[in-house]
Amino acid sequence: MSMNVKKAEKFEFTKENLEWTKTQFAKYPENRKESCVMPFLHRAQEQNNGWVSVAVMEYIADMLDMPYIRVHEVATFYSMYNLKPVGKHVIEVCTTTPCWLRGSDDVVRACKEELGIGFGETTEDGEYTLLEVECAGACVNAPVIAYKEEYYEDLNEDTTRAFIKEIKAGKIPKPGPQNGRFKSCPIGGPTTLKDMAPADAEFGGGE
Amino acid sequence: MLSDKDRIFTNLYGFESPFLDAAKKRGDWNGTKDIMAKGQDAIIEEMKESGLRGRGGAGFPTGLKWSFMPKQSDGRPSYLVVNADEGEPGTCKDREIMRHDPHKLIEGCLIAGFAMRAVAAYIYIRGEFVHEAKVLEQAIEEAREAGLLGKNACKSGYDFDVFVHRGAGAYICGEETALIESLEGKKGQPRLKPPFPANVGVFGCPTTVNNVESIAVVPEILRRGGAWFAGLGRENNTGTKLFCISGHVNKPCNVEEEMGIPLKELIEKHAGGVRGGWDNLLAVIPGGSSVHLIPKSVCDDVLMDFDSLRAEGTGLGTAAVIVMDKSTDIVRAITRLSAFYKHESCGQCTPCREGTGWMWRVMERLATGEAEIEEIDMLLEVTKQIEGHTICALGDAAAWPIQGLMRHFRPEVERRILEYKKTHAA
Repeated sequence: MSMNVKKAEKFEFTKENLEWTKTQFAKYPENRKESCVMPFLHRAQEQNNGWVSVAVMEYIADMLDMPYIRVHEVATFYSMYNLKPVGKHVIEVCTTTPCWLRGSDDVVRACKEELGIGFGETTEDGEYTLLEVECAGACVNAPVIAYKEEYYEDLNEDTTRAFIKEIKAGKIPKPGPQNGRFKSCPIGGPTTLKDMAPADAEFGGGE
Repeated sequence: MLSDKDRIFTNLYGFESPFLDAAKKRGDWNGTKDIMAKGQDAIIEEMKESGLRGRGGAGFPTGLKWSFMPKQSDGRPSYLVVNADEGEPGTCKDREIMRHDPHKLIEGCLIAGFAMRAVAAYIYIRGEFVHEAKVLEQAIEEAREAGLLGKNACKSGYDFDVFVHRGAGAYICGEETALIESLEGKKGQPRLKPPFPANVGVFGCPTTVNNVESIAVVPEILRRGGAWFAGLGRENNTGTKLFCISGHVNKPCNVEEEMGIPLKELIEKHAGGVRGGWDNLLAVIPGGSSVHLIPKSVCDDVLMDFDSLRAEGTGLGTAAVIVMDKSTDIVRAITRLSAFYKHESCGQCTPCREGTGWMWRVMERLATGEAEIEEIDMLLEVTKQIEGHTICALGDAAAWPIQGLMRHFRPEVERRILEYKKTHAA
């Protein structure tokens, strides 16, 4: 067990989440309830301020009749389960080659400077955590940041700074491309499916 | 250029709503019952005739894959598993299907599941696609409410359901047996084959794992006929394909095009051309990070399909085209991929667990030039020791980008080493 897994006092799903677990049990064959371990860990992490403590793992193991070590294995194998406390705002920057080619170094620098922390760190006030992630799977909209279950795309240094300033001002920035383009359509307008485009669609590119 | 009437993903960009009413207007769920009435064998035959090859990277014929499933149950149910764990660097096409055209995938699940006599489909979606999973689940729910899924789905007399399972950030779960392990609530570590999933898959039951795009094109192929799909592209490389064009182009984008479109045409027509013009092109990774890069001289006239790219020693993979212009530090670009594979190795097989880290560390030094010339051959030798010596293909995928780099850009790697020696001479 890694040193940074702190044992929290106690964990229990809220009533609402307990109700939700029934919908998960229903997805898998009756004798295969271990399949619920990933959805339960996701939901527990949400409830537990963004991280999975040992108490969370053991609670889920008991629910699913799994040995503790099996749940520990799952929680430690998958990168989305945070094994130590994180800030209220978790900002994940993709730096894999397609993002890097489009300037993720600038995005990283902007994040580090605006937040005053490096990758894997949390600000002292517990507000912000900055993480480096591998390919986010939105490569034609690179560079990409993931924040609060949404992607912020087509970033550059300036738009990244603006994005972080907005979060700091207590707002949730508008997800999607930050350069005015329409989703994964070419900037300036589509080369295909032109007849399907809504009349009022904005395609960016200053044209 | 492919005409819009031959495009399958008419809501690729999300110009319209992804949900049922709009999807029906686009033709989804039209005559699903009639398609199913043709029977399992006829559907599989039609899929074989279409020539569809798997869209997840390996290019295995989809109809043939389905035919491996048992026709008579030995008491165990069969399952369809859809691989939506999209994470191959450069690839972002399944995301578009799930957030903008989910009903194509859901209808495809029903038809494919019926054809392989499955009782249910599990769509394994990467954990980071939270928005996409929500859209997909909402679309499944409305399909259930409309009687398109569930008991007597589409009034076909067949019972079938579709479930979404979210991953949690492990690239390896895109490997089909790792995905199955993960679906069973375990670490995503690949299984030895045999037994193959068609015999022993998820929950110990016969299973077929297909890519999102492979399943989402099924309804349209069956509506228009296998011959229509086979009439597009070239022999053995038929149909349409979603291409993701990223990197140093003026207008990065996703686009559906005909298989076999020349790479240059794809980039110039849809992605606004290479930054600084075609002559400013250095190299392209044509099929997601796991395939060999190709230099401009090959890019000039190569066609984008399985066999053409294979003939150039690379592959179509997921059709994720990563473009690099002459400003690119090509050694650094490949080094970053080595870091990716090191991060994503599941740790099960020693050659991959140790080898990906070893390769990455040498690549880091080659990127700065702080290395010996002999280390290039040593590195290549190590890639050969990893390739083919692991349970799954992640080891191969980690080896190939480096082999591609040395095949086409070895002089650049050597130049760096010599330059480093010159500037650091005591």
